Amino acid sequence: MQFSEQWLRSRVNPSLSTDQLSYLLTMAGLEVEEVNAAAPAFSGVVIGEVKECEKHENADRLRVTKVDVGTGELVQIVCGAPNVAVGVKVPCALPGAILPGDFRIKPTKMRGVESGGMLCSGKELGVPDEVDGLMLLPTDAPVGQNIRDYLGLDDSLFTLKITPNRADCLSVRGIAREVAALTGSPLTAWDIAAVAPQTDSKLTVAIADNAPCGRYVGRVVKNVNAAATTPDWMKRRLERSGLRSISAIVDITNYILLEQGQPMHAFDLDKIDGGITVRMAAAGEKLVCLNEKEIELTPDLMVIADAAKPLAIAGIMGGLDSGVTTASRDIFLESAFFQPEAIAGKARALGFGSDSSYRYERGVDFALQTEAIERATALVLEICGGEPGPLTETVSALPARASVAVRTARVARVLGVTLAADEIAAIFTRLGLPFEQNADGFMVSAPSFRFDIAIEEDLIEEIARVYGYDNIPANAPVAAQTMLPQPEGLRVRSEVRRLLAGRDFQEIVSYAFVEEKWERDFAGNSNPVRLINPIASQMSVMRSSLIGGLVDTLAANLNRKHSRVRVFEIARVFHKQADGSIQQPEVVSALAYGGRVDEQWASKAERVDFYDIKADVEALLHPRVATYRKAAHPAFHPGRCAEVLLDGAVVGLLGELHPQWVQAYGLTNAPVLFELAACAVEQLGRIKLAPVSKFQPVRRDLALVVAEEVSAATLQQAMLAVAPEFVHELALFDLYRGKGVDEGKKSLAFRIVLQAADRTLVDNEVEQAVAAMLAAAEAAGAVLRA
Amino acid sequence: MSNVDVILKEGLAALDAAADLVELEQVKARYLGKSGALTELLKQLGKLSPEERKSAGATINAAKQAFETRHNEVRDGFNAARLAAQLAAESLDVTLPGRGILPAGLHPVTLTLERITGLFATMGFEVADGPEIESDFHNFQALNIPENHPARAMQDTFYVEGGDVLRTHTSPIQVRYMLDNQPPIKIVAPGRVYRVDSDATHSPMFHQMEGLWIDQNVSFADLKATITEFLRRFFERDDMQVRFRPSFFPFTETSAEIDVLDEQGRWLEVGGSGMVHPNVLRNVGIDPEKYTGFAFGIGLDRFAMLRYGVNDLRLFFENDLTFLKQFN
Repeated sequence: MQFSEQWLRSRVNPSLSTDQLSYLLTMAGLEVEEVNAAAPAFSGVVIGEVKECEKHENADRLRVTKVDVGTGELVQIVCGAPNVAVGVKVPCALPGAILPGDFRIKPTKMRGVESGGMLCSGKELGVPDEVDGLMLLPTDAPVGQNIRDYLGLDDSLFTLKITPNRADCLSVRGIAREVAALTGSPLTAWDIAAVAPQTDSKLTVAIADNAPCGRYVGRVVKNVNAAATTPDWMKRRLERSGLRSISAIVDITNYILLEQGQPMHAFDLDKIDGGITVRMAAAGEKLVCLNEKEIELTPDLMVIADAAKPLAIAGIMGGLDSGVTTASRDIFLESAFFQPEAIAGKARALGFGSDSSYRYERGVDFALQTEAIERATALVLEICGGEPGPLTETVSALPARASVAVRTARVARVLGVTLAADEIAAIFTRLGLPFEQNADGFMVSAPSFRFDIAIEEDLIEEIARVYGYDNIPANAPVAAQTMLPQPEGLRVRSEVRRLLAGRDFQEIVSYAFVEEKWERDFAGNSNPVRLINPIASQMSVMRSSLIGGLVDTLAANLNRKHSRVRVFEIARVFHKQADGSIQQPEVVSALAYGGRVDEQWASKAERVDFYDIKADVEALLHPRVATYRKAAHPAFHPGRCAEVLLDGAVVGLLGELHPQWVQAYGLTNAPVLFELAACAVEQLGRIKLAPVSKFQPVRRDLALVVAEEVSAATLQQAMLAVAPEFVHELALFDLYRGKGVDEGKKSLAFRIVLQAADRTLVDNEVEQAVAAMLAAAEAAGAVLRA
Repeated sequence: MSNVDVILKEGLAALDAAADLVELEQVKARYLGKSGALTELLKQLGKLSPEERKSAGATINAAKQAFETRHNEVRDGFNAARLAAQLAAESLDVTLPGRGILPAGLHPVTLTLERITGLFATMGFEVADGPEIESDFHNFQALNIPENHPARAMQDTFYVEGGDVLRTHTSPIQVRYMLDNQPPIKIVAPGRVYRVDSDATHSPMFHQMEGLWIDQNVSFADLKATITEFLRRFFERDDMQVRFRPSFFPFTETSAEIDVLDEQGRWLEVGGSGMVHPNVLRNVGIDPEKYTGFAFGIGLDRFAMLRYGVNDLRLFFENDLTFLKQFN
């Protein structure tokens, strides 16, 4: 909503500066987005009349003029504008004038001729003007008057961001009412008198039973001069409200919309067959709207129709054919109230709206129609002439306005400040809300211009707004003290993040919607959760894995000349279930690429590999110990991929990116990655203590030679299965291939630590235990290394 | 000069002349060994009369002691020199960088999120969470957002097949929490949210945090105090000016935009807030007569931008390591 400050002040003029007025509106919930000057600062420009105009002797394009500036003496001014002529009235900058851009006017000589000022174009004054050349003023412009006063240029244009609940402030009338309520300054009401009919001409109006039109007021005006010129004062107010002047009658309807908040429409009476019916559209009906779009009407749209056809989409846009033109002779004016629910959402569905639909869908004062049409008629008669017919008013169901109880105690409880009943009553009075006072508080009814007052809270907000949010105290809250739970067995998310960051993984945030291809390549998912309205095709599906984002981040950073990239992300992923439901677990994923450490004097330059990432996984799950199982997964190298299991359940994956994706995604080497369920990483389990043995531990080492295919875990599990309870530790500490071990085999060295809690172990026990474990390993294919 | 004095003088000179420890020990053996010069003198004491033996013995022993003392001095000198040489040889360039990795760090939005949830934890606000693909009920309906509200349009909200939406705000988390818990409720709910919008100041995915406090007498004054306190602690400016400005949200009544005065004297909008609308409380089975409360929502990305002086939102989602590592 844009309006001119002068226009507002013509109705309510509080003693506030422009800035103060702006702050007042903002702090009352009518946010001022912008305040712009109507024209840039300049001075010393008055209205001048060109009395004489001769060719310059020494310059073809220049004229020498004598200008009356109201001082009694003519001023000689040299002028180069093409439209300068005797008799025109134009802005004239006199010596001492300062024009926008700090352009100072001095007496000067132009090609040898004295020039005592400058005749100005609109552009030179920073005032929009379509004329090429001097700004031509009306013939009745008073010579000598300051141009700023004449054009009302000391004005500010306010742009308000009106919230959807405050449709009552979408007009100068509404804002003036609000400013009067907030400041207590008197409001100058419009003096609107009923226009006496001069003809009997009228149209019958019927509102169909199912048409949500509460009131329809119409009037015929015959023999208008639709081609009349819109007066400058009206043009100026329209322009300063962001509307262009179109034609006198359209300008008048727009002016009423801005001034009163009542959308109006003017039909060409000749284009209407029979009477008016407000009804729902029939399927298949068509209408070409004022914006020249042909609309196939649907039965949820309300139309204004005549006996033969729809003329306009009610409250949204008029039809092209039936609208008033400068050639119209007889017109029919419409001033209606349509129910907000009937208009809401329709403009969006059609793909276009109007200033009218914007107001109707938020709520137009349903008591305003008659006043608005009387004022519009008066303006039509003033500007275009004509003979008005009688006013016809058709009323259907108007909005109900129940009274709302407001309890003084509830106001205090919700706002945290105690207001006396008198104070509250004064606020209601200022807002123009009719009320009755009772023992608990008030019964308040909403006036016809308010559509946001239905419950007690609506009025509490009004009280707070007028009382001033700034005046409500901000004392430290008083509440019962409780401590937040802190489960020791859970690793909180921030710890997980810091653990990964501590291991040199940088956290990233990537989009949850990804390319469909990523889902196929990195998750083997051909049925991802799809977006119906993606913002771009490469953001069309919801990811079920974070791997794509990590690989993409890697590729982008390699392009930026990073050679070592270690990143992680924690986010939700989305899995479509067979029944159509969507699982949204959180996962923790990381990627490592490049050197194991930053290229450094003290460390060998080695590329990070599977076992580095595995150590990260182990650290992340610590103190829980996972098992790892070779796995096949589309993202990973088939020989370098493992599932991570906790208590027998798969909780994640780790591996080296599949060579085909290394190439396809423009990488030089394969990154290694893991992806773990966040819930698995969170679980620490409770700390369980074992007694610390006072007896000496015994260590035995076993070096076992096995075929390459036999995994370390196979041997370990075989040995653990037969180990007596005093085997305290069984750990692999060496892996050897080469001299002394046959091709295709490897040597795995295990450390066995034996220790009983209650006694020193005797040799026999130790040897038997080790022999049993060796036998189990041999059964699994191992041979004791010679 | 007696024979003893001559031998001692020679011996001391020999000790002083020793080139290294080996030679030193050889000198020692020549004088104090089994047939060393001083040892030989001692052996001859037996031939003397008891009187002579006493005085000669004392003389020889004094010489022997003097020899040993000098020997120890020279030996300690050699040892000290050897240690000094070893230490010198072992000395390091302590300015070389340490071995291994340095930590990386967290995303600036996460840093902001953790800082904010941490601040609210000190006032007893627990962290709540919820799904990102949400039902119409949780994202709109329960929050009193009417059927034809513009926010529901496809131009604003992402829809997934089946009719669910990508949550457009973190408010559905409060709906879920209130459905599962009766007051007192005191939560903050951070998370990713989605809107159909993309330019320098809008990202189709961004981060919000919702706060909610419901109890028997939570008032607008409590809202003002809590949020003002939070903003001053977050920006570490005790004198930060905060203003609450009337606004409109479907899910709060007595609604307020939250503005802060920046260092250039401009008011910046940093969030929305208000008293929870009684319809919202009723929708989740809480009696609005018995309980009142406030909710607020802030943009975590915006807070990160203000805090760290980032002027383009897109930087948060480009994951350029050169940008991200500055927050480590």
